[in-house]
Amino acid sequence: MNIEHITKKLSDSHGWQAKYREIMLLGKQLPSLPDALKVDSALVSGCDSKVWLYLDLDENAQQLVLIADSDTRIVKGLLAIIIAAYASKTPEQASQFNAYELFESLGLIAHLSPSRGNGIRAIVEQIQAKAELLK
Amino acid sequence: MTDIQSLRNDFPILNKQLDGQPLCYLDSAATAQKPNKVIDVIKSFYQDENSNVHRGLHTLSENATVRYESARETVANFLNVETREIVWTSGATESLNLLAHGLSACFNSDSVIAISPFEHHANIVPWQEACQRTGATLLVLPMLDGILDEQGAIALLKQHKPDVLAMGHVSNALGNIHPIESLISVCKALGTITVIDGAQSLLHLRPDLKALDCDFYVFSAHKALGPTGVGGLYGKYQQLNALPVYKTGGEMIKEVSFERSSYREAPGKFEPGTPNISGVIGFAAAIDYINKIEHSALQRYEQTLYHALLEKLRQIEGITVYGDTQNNVGVVSFNYKSEHHYDLATLLNTYGVAVRSGHHCTQPLMKMLKVNGTVRASLAFYNNQDDIEHFINALNATIELLD
Repeated sequence: MNIEHITKKLSDSHGWQAKYREIMLLGKQLPSLPDALKVDSALVSGCDSKVWLYLDLDENAQQLVLIADSDTRIVKGLLAIIIAAYASKTPEQASQFNAYELFESLGLIAHLSPSRGNGIRAIVEQIQAKAELLK
Repeated sequence: MTDIQSLRNDFPILNKQLDGQPLCYLDSAATAQKPNKVIDVIKSFYQDENSNVHRGLHTLSENATVRYESARETVANFLNVETREIVWTSGATESLNLLAHGLSACFNSDSVIAISPFEHHANIVPWQEACQRTGATLLVLPMLDGILDEQGAIALLKQHKPDVLAMGHVSNALGNIHPIESLISVCKALGTITVIDGAQSLLHLRPDLKALDCDFYVFSAHKALGPTGVGGLYGKYQQLNALPVYKTGGEMIKEVSFERSSYREAPGKFEPGTPNISGVIGFAAAIDYINKIEHSALQRYEQTLYHALLEKLRQIEGITVYGDTQNNVGVVSFNYKSEHHYDLATLLNTYGVAVRSGHHCTQPLMKMLKVNGTVRASLAFYNNQDDIEHFINALNATIELLD
């Protein structure tokens, strides 16, 4: 899934219900993590729902590889957006990438606020911190 | 007789629109909405009367002191106890911490503290801490199918003769009304001190504490139409006054020298520093407001709404409702199939429906119910049948989105 495609889909959906429907459909397309990888050490803290996140570097391509899953449909869909936004970026590009602007353009800014309890901000911060280390 | 339906007009927030949707507020167990009377009193206190209490000789300070102390009388009358038996705190959580701290002064490794499996974390963790400090044991009463096992609980109490029984009058997560009358009377015979968490019962049940005969009772103003950040603690006077001080500072002292200090009698000795004066006055306004509504009519109304909600919810295939639906203040805690409560609550919110989702600060209870959380819709008398229609329609639409 590429981020331009997602952005278009979401901006074409009017109203929250339609947006959430798209978000949940995106989540359905994201492969589920095998149970063996759903371990506490991979949990992102600061999320109300469970979010397991793995991030690594494809040494050859020098690009980020992200896999993630959640026990909720909406957060899983939001993870699909985040993964699409960060995938195939170099660590350098990722650390400069402004996820806040992306979510703002998608009309999902409420989901970045810590009070939503879904911890999207925590996920983004974790990705950026890891990308920083991989630079 | 008051027309309960018309009381809704006293709550300005209930006319609010969110994203073009009328607000459907079903989260009163988290915090109750505030009537104009309470909002106005707080505003006019800061506008016209603001002053510190128990300090100045000037008119404003005298007036503030009189209002602050008469609020204590208002709440004491409401609970049918003596005025000096009410301590102001920041809320039920602080009251429970004060009690766990104070009572644990007499705990040792033989002590047993009993709690119910329904307790809010605020009525678990302070006792757990006290047990760790003193070597006392925490004993959890049994439950059956989401309801306190009364006979099992009584047997366990008789077997262990705990030093303290600390339990909620009403479960915040499920709304169950617990049979505390019978447990308190068993505790009396055993010499067990009873601490009742009234955070969820004050508004709905208006307990008569003299009749209940518990030793301590804690409450939060904001769950009962009052402001946040204030609440209280009731204790039978001798027992209350015998508790060691919890927080120290100005105002709670009799005399201070650099060698030693002596303290005032309760309730003063538990109220150091400048208190939440506007909060206390706002709370009294909330109690005055509640007092004007006939309790039996209000309860009948809340129960009618509750059973209508329950019945409609049960018509939806795949809904599981938890807890005691016979003795309930009007809380419906549920799940839909294996859907995550987070998704349900997030989608309900897009229809203007405010519910709570998650573990409701009762993680041990959720574990016993074998769920990671629930969606909780909690009612108050300012809700109406339209809210229930609105909620059920939104829930059906949500389910359609998920299925």
